[in-house]
Amino acid sequence: MSERTAVGVIRRRTPGARALRVLLYAVLFAAALAYLLPLVVMVMTSIKPLSEITPGNLLALPEAPTLAPWIKAWGEACTGMRCEGVGGYFWNSIAIVVPAVAISTMVGALNGYALTKWRFKGSELIFALMLFGCFIPFQVVLLPMAQTLGWLGLASSRSGLVLVHVVFGIAFTTLFFRNFYVAIPDELVSAAKLDGAGFLRIFWRILLPVSAPIIVVSVIWQFTQIWNDFLFGVAYSGHDTQPVTVALNNLVNTSTGAKEYNVDMAAAMIAALPTLVVYVLAGKYFVRGLTAGAVKG
Amino acid sequence: MSALEIQHLCKDFSSTQVLKDVSLAIDSGEFLILVGPSGCGKSTLMNAIAGLEPVTSGKILIGGEDVTWRTPAERDIAMVFQSYALYPSMTVRGNIAFGLEMRKVPKVEREQAVERVADLLQISHLLDRKPSQLSGGQRQRVAMGRALAREPQIYLFDEPLSNLDAKLRVEMRTEIKKLHQRLGTTIVYVTHDQIEAMTLADRIAVMRDGQIQQLGTPNEIYNDPVNVFVAGFMGSPSMNFISARLEKDDTTWQLHISDPEQGAELSLPWPVDRVTEAMVACQGQSVLLGLRPEHFAEAGDQRSGHQQAARLEALVSVVEPTGADVLINLGLGGNEVVARVGPDCRVAPGERLALSVDMRRAVLFGQQGGQRLA
Ligand SMILES: Nc1ncnc2c1ncn2[C@@H]1O[C@H](COP(=O)(O)OP(=O)(O)OP(=O)(O)O)[C@@H](O)[C@H]1O
Ligand SMILES: [Mg+2]
Repeated sequence: MSERTAVGVIRRRTPGARALRVLLYAVLFAAALAYLLPLVVMVMTSIKPLSEITPGNLLALPEAPTLAPWIKAWGEACTGMRCEGVGGYFWNSIAIVVPAVAISTMVGALNGYALTKWRFKGSELIFALMLFGCFIPFQVVLLPMAQTLGWLGLASSRSGLVLVHVVFGIAFTTLFFRNFYVAIPDELVSAAKLDGAGFLRIFWRILLPVSAPIIVVSVIWQFTQIWNDFLFGVAYSGHDTQPVTVALNNLVNTSTGAKEYNVDMAAAMIAALPTLVVYVLAGKYFVRGLTAGAVKG
Repeated sequence: MSALEIQHLCKDFSSTQVLKDVSLAIDSGEFLILVGPSGCGKSTLMNAIAGLEPVTSGKILIGGEDVTWRTPAERDIAMVFQSYALYPSMTVRGNIAFGLEMRKVPKVEREQAVERVADLLQISHLLDRKPSQLSGGQRQRVAMGRALAREPQIYLFDEPLSNLDAKLRVEMRTEIKKLHQRLGTTIVYVTHDQIEAMTLADRIAVMRDGQIQQLGTPNEIYNDPVNVFVAGFMGSPSMNFISARLEKDDTTWQLHISDPEQGAELSLPWPVDRVTEAMVACQGQSVLLGLRPEHFAEAGDQRSGHQQAARLEALVSVVEPTGADVLINLGLGGNEVVARVGPDCRVAPGERLALSVDMRRAVLFGQQGGQRLA
C-alpha cells in the first residue's frame, strides 16, 4: 500500500467535481466523528469525578481530571458480592487467552499444513467439515459443552475455558492456514522430502518460517475473539476464574448506591484496551497477512 | 546393471490412466531426456521415480534394488524443479546444506560440500543471500547446487531451464552439459526445448499419452523416427508430411504427388536400395512422405551434394531469411511445405523455384496409424 501525496494526482478540476469532492470529505468527516464520539465520551467520562458527571454535559471536557475511577475500577469496585475491582479478572482473561491463542494457532497451522501438503483420501471432506465449524452458533453447543467439561473434570476451571476456545478457534485458524499454505508451491515440500526431511521437520524448517503474516492474522483474530468472549465466560467459569468481560458485566450491573459512571467507563476501557493495543501494534501486519500471496522463490 | 530401471510402470489418477506400461533402463552416467507434448505424463513419471507419487503397478529399480515402495528420502535421488523450489527462509548456504544436514552429515563435511559445489557453479559470493535476493539464473544454479551437494545416484531435472530467458538458457545448457561430462552423473531430464534435447541427451525418450513412442539416440530420433508422431515432434521447423501414392513400375519405385492447382502430377523416385517389405504391402496405396526442410536444396546448389537428388519446381509463398539460411514456404501437392535453403537464395514470393530433394534421407509412413514404412 503506497501512500500518494496530493501533488501529482490526476483529477478533473471542474467546479462540479470540486463540489462533489468537498461533499465527499464532509461525509467522511461526519462518519469518522460518529464512530469516534463514543470512545471520546468514554475516555472523558472515565477521568471525571462523579460530581462533574451527574449534572454535567456528556461532551463537556473534564475540569478536574482524575485517575481515581481507573484505580477504583481496577482494585476496589464491586462486582457482585466482592469488591476487588476487575484487576484480578483481567489476569484471568490473560491466563485464558494466551494459552488458548497459542494452542489454537499452532493446531490450525498444523492442520492447514497437513490438509494442503499431505493430502489424503477425504482431506477435502475433512476441511469442508471443519469449515462448518465456523458457522455453528455458540448457543447450540452450550449445554453439550457444559456436559463434556463436567465429564472431563474441567468445569469452572480456566483450563476448561481454554479448551472450549481452542475447540472453537481451530475451525477459523485451520481455514486461515490452509488458505495460506495452499498458495505455497508443493514443490517446496517435494524438494524437502527428497532432501530427507519428514512431516514435522518440513513444517518447522520450511513452512513455519514463512508463515509470519498468517500467524499474525490468526493471533489477532483469536485474541480478539477470546478476549471479547462473554457467553462461554459466563457459562463455564467459576467465581475465581471469570474473565474480565464477565466481571465488567457484574460491575456495571451491581446496584448498590449511586451509579458510578466514571468507574464503569474506566472498567470498560480496561476490558477493551488489550484488543485495541494488539490491533494498533499488529494491525498493519493483519491487513498485509490477509492479502499476502505465496512466497516467491 | 542399470543405474535406473523402470519396468511396466502404470499410474492412474482416479479413473484416468496417465502412465501406461512404461519401461526403460538407463546406464550409469547416461543422460536421458524425456520429451513429449504437455500433459503426456513426463512430470508424473519423474515424480514416480522420485517416490513423490505412489505408482499403480510396475517396478522401479535403482542400482538393481527395488525401490518401488521406498520413501523419497530412501531413494538417493535429487531433483531440480522448474520453479527451483528453493527454501525461501534459508540462505543459499542453508539451501545447499539442508539435504546433508537431514542425512546427519557432520558440520565440517557439510561446509566442505557447500564450498565444493559453490566453486563448481561459481556461486561462492552468493552463499549468504536469501533466494529472494537472487536473479533467475542464480536461483537456477543454487537449485543445481542443492542437488549436486548430496552426490546422489540419480539426478532428475524437470524443465529446469524453462523459466530463464533465451540467452541464459543457452548458457546454462552448455554448463549442464559440461557438468555432466565432468562428473559423469546419471540424469533424467524433462524438456520442451528441441535443441536442449538434441544437444544434451545421450538418449531421448519421446512420450505421448503416457507411453514411450521411441527411445533412442538423438540421431536415431531425428533421422530414423518410428512413426509420424516422433518425426513431427522433433525438429524445428518440423518435418513436412506430403500425401503421395506409392507406385512400382518394373524396377523403380515412384511417389506420385497430385497437384490440384497444376493439374499435373509430380513424381519423385524412391531409392531402390531403401525399399522395404512394408512398402511392398502398400504398393498402389496412399502413403505419407516425410521430408525435413533441410532435405531440400536449391537446384544447382553445390553445398547440398545431392547427387542422386530428385528435381522439382514449386511456387514460393513466403520467404523467411534467418541469417544462417533461408526458410521458404512452398506449395507442393496442395500442401504447404517448408524448405531450408542456402542464405544466398534470392527468390521472391510468387516466383517458382527449382529445388532438389534428397530422397536418400526421406522417410515414408503409412497413411493409417502413421507407422514407419521405410
Ligand atoms: N494429481 C493429479 N491428479 C489428477 N490428474 C493428474 C494429477 N497430476 C497430473 N495429472 C494428469 O496427468 C496428466 C499428465 O500430467 P503431467 O504433469 O505428468 O504432464 P507433463 O507431461 O509433465 O506435462 P507438462 O509438459 O505440461 O509439464 C495430465 O493429463 C494431468 O492432468
Ligand atoms: Mg510437467
